Amino acid sequence: MSSTTPQPAVGRSVPRREGADKVAGRTRYTDDIAVQGAWYGKTVRSTLPKGRVRSIALDPAFDWGRVVVVTADDIPGENVVHLIRDDQPVLAPNEGEIRHREEPILLLAAPDRALLDDAAHHIRIEYETAEPVYTLDQATEVFSTIEIRKGEVPEDVEDVEAVVERTFQVGLQEQLYIEPQGAIAIPEPDGAIKVIGSLQCPYYVHRALKRALNLTDEQAIVVQAETGGGFGGKEEYPSIVAIHAALLARKAGRPVRLIYDRHEDLAATTKRHPGVIRHRTGVKKDGTLLFQDIEIVLDGGAYCTLTPVVFSRAAIHAAGAYSCPNVRIQARAAATNTPPNGAFRGFGAPQSLFAAELMVEHVAERLGMSSVDLRRKWMLRVGDTTATGQKLTESVGSELVLDAALKAASTVQPSNRPTVRRGRGLSLVFHGSGFTGSGEKKLQGTIALEALPDGTFRILTASTEIGQGTKTIFCQLAADALGVGLDQVVLAPQDTSLVPDSGPTVASRTAMIVGRLVQDAATALKQRLKREAPPLRVEKAYIQPDSVHWDETTYRGDAYPVYAWACTIVDVDVDTTTGEVHVTDLVTAVDCGKALHPVMAEGQIEGGSLQAVGWATIEEIKVKDGGYQNDRLATYLIPTALDAPRIRTILVENPYSRGPFGAKGIGELPMDGPAPAIIAAIHDATGVWLDEIPATPEKVLAALNGTRETGNGKQS
Amino acid sequence: MHDVTYLRPTDLKDAVRLYRSTPECRPLAGGTDLMVMLHAGTFRPAPRAVLDVWSIPELKGVRRTQGMLEIGAAESYTGMIRSRDAHEHAPALVAAARTIGAAQIQNRGTLGGNLANASPAGDTLPVLLAYDAVVVTDRRAIPIDQFFTGYRRTALQPDELIVAVRIPLGRHVAFRKVGTRAAQAISKVVMAVSRSPARVAIGSVAEVPLRAARAEAALARNDAAGAVGAVADDIRPINDVRSTAAYRRAVTQNVLRELLHAPPRP
Amino acid sequence: MTVRFTLNGVPVSIESSGSRRLLDVLREDLGKTGTKEGCGEGECGACSVLIDGEVVDSCLVAVGQVEGRNVLTVEGLAAPNGELSRLQQAFIEHGAAQCGICTPGMLLAAHVLLQRATQPTGDQVREALAGNLCRCTGYTKIIEAVLSCTT
Repeated sequence: MSSTTPQPAVGRSVPRREGADKVAGRTRYTDDIAVQGAWYGKTVRSTLPKGRVRSIALDPAFDWGRVVVVTADDIPGENVVHLIRDDQPVLAPNEGEIRHREEPILLLAAPDRALLDDAAHHIRIEYETAEPVYTLDQATEVFSTIEIRKGEVPEDVEDVEAVVERTFQVGLQEQLYIEPQGAIAIPEPDGAIKVIGSLQCPYYVHRALKRALNLTDEQAIVVQAETGGGFGGKEEYPSIVAIHAALLARKAGRPVRLIYDRHEDLAATTKRHPGVIRHRTGVKKDGTLLFQDIEIVLDGGAYCTLTPVVFSRAAIHAAGAYSCPNVRIQARAAATNTPPNGAFRGFGAPQSLFAAELMVEHVAERLGMSSVDLRRKWMLRVGDTTATGQKLTESVGSELVLDAALKAASTVQPSNRPTVRRGRGLSLVFHGSGFTGSGEKKLQGTIALEALPDGTFRILTASTEIGQGTKTIFCQLAADALGVGLDQVVLAPQDTSLVPDSGPTVASRTAMIVGRLVQDAATALKQRLKREAPPLRVEKAYIQPDSVHWDETTYRGDAYPVYAWACTIVDVDVDTTTGEVHVTDLVTAVDCGKALHPVMAEGQIEGGSLQAVGWATIEEIKVKDGGYQNDRLATYLIPTALDAPRIRTILVENPYSRGPFGAKGIGELPMDGPAPAIIAAIHDATGVWLDEIPATPEKVLAALNGTRETGNGKQS
Repeated sequence: MHDVTYLRPTDLKDAVRLYRSTPECRPLAGGTDLMVMLHAGTFRPAPRAVLDVWSIPELKGVRRTQGMLEIGAAESYTGMIRSRDAHEHAPALVAAARTIGAAQIQNRGTLGGNLANASPAGDTLPVLLAYDAVVVTDRRAIPIDQFFTGYRRTALQPDELIVAVRIPLGRHVAFRKVGTRAAQAISKVVMAVSRSPARVAIGSVAEVPLRAARAEAALARNDAAGAVGAVADDIRPINDVRSTAAYRRAVTQNVLRELLHAPPRP
Repeated sequence: MTVRFTLNGVPVSIESSGSRRLLDVLREDLGKTGTKEGCGEGECGACSVLIDGEVVDSCLVAVGQVEGRNVLTVEGLAAPNGELSRLQQAFIEHGAAQCGICTPGMLLAAHVLLQRATQPTGDQVREALAGNLCRCTGYTKIIEAVLSCTT
């Protein structure tokens, strides 16, 4: 170590670790990796939404000599995609149940793609059909339920000065990482199988592989290739791709590449849970909040996947960033015969916060108050308790972000186009950083830090880089805690045979939870280096502080270690000729605790904000006969550079004592605020309230014409 | 698509000869539709050969000829956007070209392709209808209002190649596309309107790009409000993945009102 | 058939069916994996390359169509000695590349714009990049990076 103190790295926007490779086109994503002798794999899926496989027949006239076929009978382990519940099969077995129309039934591999496609046309699957369920109204199977109670919500509200009731609906959304799902499986000596893939959570895939292929810890090797975006879409789904590729590779006795094209990715992989959220809010005429009664129903699709955790986060955030003495939140997630829904940035919170924020608007309107004033009156501050009874003790940025956003937003100028109406909307949201409740305690995410003989340091973690900056930020944290230069710290590859299980790269936990482990390991290593010489290795596992209490059965206690806060102001142009909504400007102030890397923090916020703008406006998935109609990029539209608003980000630093250098997780937070702000802005522009997103031109125009029926009565 | 034969003629004469003598052959220009369908295996019936017309000199360029503006069938939208003649004599076509895809598609998309593909959502097609364009082929000139014969069907013979499109000069055409997104969008309603002569041409509202006869009759009487009312009976919109019949109907009327500067509804 | 063209300034000659996608030939035959496939239908722009200085989606180009032409991929943007271009540097400095999968196409679309217009406006940058989808950045930092390269 040099004697001079290097320039601190934390808080500086240093160049992204892998940036030069990315701009030079040198970075290898999964499909860029050439593997000698690899065959191409393909998934043959169901064509009906509910029923049973009666028979699978291979055309005897076809030459199957150079094709590998894998059915459920070829699974050496359990026919289960390991996750929360054991309900999802790897492949639907003969006589097995089909629960959605993209259900994988068999797998094919061949030396070239033409033969592969040809083989797929020579398979005949007979089914027994059953009556599918597509809507929450019809759904009878419930994945799980939650009830959160605080105080007492009155049944008899006659004496309450004002009660506002409203129902909201949110739609499906595709993560739309630009790199589709894919994995390459390579058989190794001693029965091991290595899977290289586009993924967020190497150890999720590791566990899933072990179970389905009956492998030991050492026999399952999972390596993350550079990953072209995830947003939750590569949290649990890659387990399926990896198992499928591995089954093919095992049977073929050679490497197999299983790379989805965009159509398959859109049609078959998980989406954001759609749902219906009902609110009944009681207030005094002066705006005093008396009670919030909330019901959430989310559509989980055909299998459980991560639904119980998604809707747990939805329920915990459902009351919004507000302090209310009496709260009841009842939530349930139901099964339908559509492809399973799963993880997506925000993880249920965007859905419930959308409703919570619009309720503030509706109550304010009823009382004739400014909704900003109402937010100030209601907002959670230090010392207040949340719906789960969590007392907030530090780093509560509600007022800071509200003031910062209001200060930064310029005044709205009217549009100079006669058919365009302009309006502004605001939202205030919070988002729990890290896993819910005792999640981090159970998980005990672990990292290691090594001091190497050459004077450099190596971080070993399973936390992945998916564009958000993990590789850079971890090195910054370690360098500063060690007091060494940034160039002396490297990150080991995300390979389960090398790195410990740091937990999944999800839930706004990587920088805050795992990052703190990196900082702590570096601090400990620095101490040891005073007495010992390299090579040295320090491991750190997460330890839940004694002050954190969570009761999973009653849903009471400290739901999250801390919350990040955001206030978002959007300006929209509503074209009354077409009903098109253009979000022109978006200002968002975010309490991130501490900006470890300001440019990357802004990048996360800007990207998340635009993803939320898309969800709120143009990203629509229509379901027909249990399948998605918008299954190509020509029909599933996300915002282009011309559609994106001018985005201004204000980073508010409000340190959290247990975060690394004070930082809090903000990966998901920007997904929460824009949607309700946009709906409020549309109302400001046109006087029309929408209760449903996406606010497509079809819905907006119908609302403007007064021809749209909603659960809240005809809109006018 | 590995077994699709690729043919590259040297000039128009060679192209015509090859096209007439090669069975199950499709012309390939910028590939913005055909390459997608070939790769996905969705082109039915699957062609056995493609005839690359992209680089044929006679099919390129934008020029004035015989009192018309002539645009080569394989000229790109970018070529039209950069053409001074196109700006001067067919500004609505330039406006339409600028709404197609984004730079990558404008650099490859062609009028020949838009016409041959005959999608009801083809963005230039209402413009060509409103201009009373003429489709010039290797053997004849087809008035544009006789070109579209059914859903993705045209008046072209199986071995007939589009060579150019000719647009009469001196007509004022207004254009608007409605497509949800500011770029890379397929139209939900696309319209081109001329006051004199009265032309109301609309895409994405029927199985073909159509001329709205009732609306045009009203417009010929200088009854703009009447045209806005009548156009609803001219169109046959459907519900599909992109939009709804009700939306297309309402927006068709709204856009026509806007393009005609007709008074707002009472 | 034999197709001869110039790739990143170097003459190449390949044996291929002329109807194969340029994208596949670049990635599989020529090892230029910097060009990505995001959709295969000309919607996302991840496979953007330049042909004779114009940006195109290489998934929509039959390789026979590049006979005798100049093709530039992301690998050809840096100087022959590996020094990154000003635009590539700007992408790093401004945080314009996050997951990086759209970056090669985005760089090529921006490169064309900067060749054509030395002082583009923000709106011109947005228009030039509208054929390249990005899901990470909200485009803000990409637009900033391109604008920082104006002379």
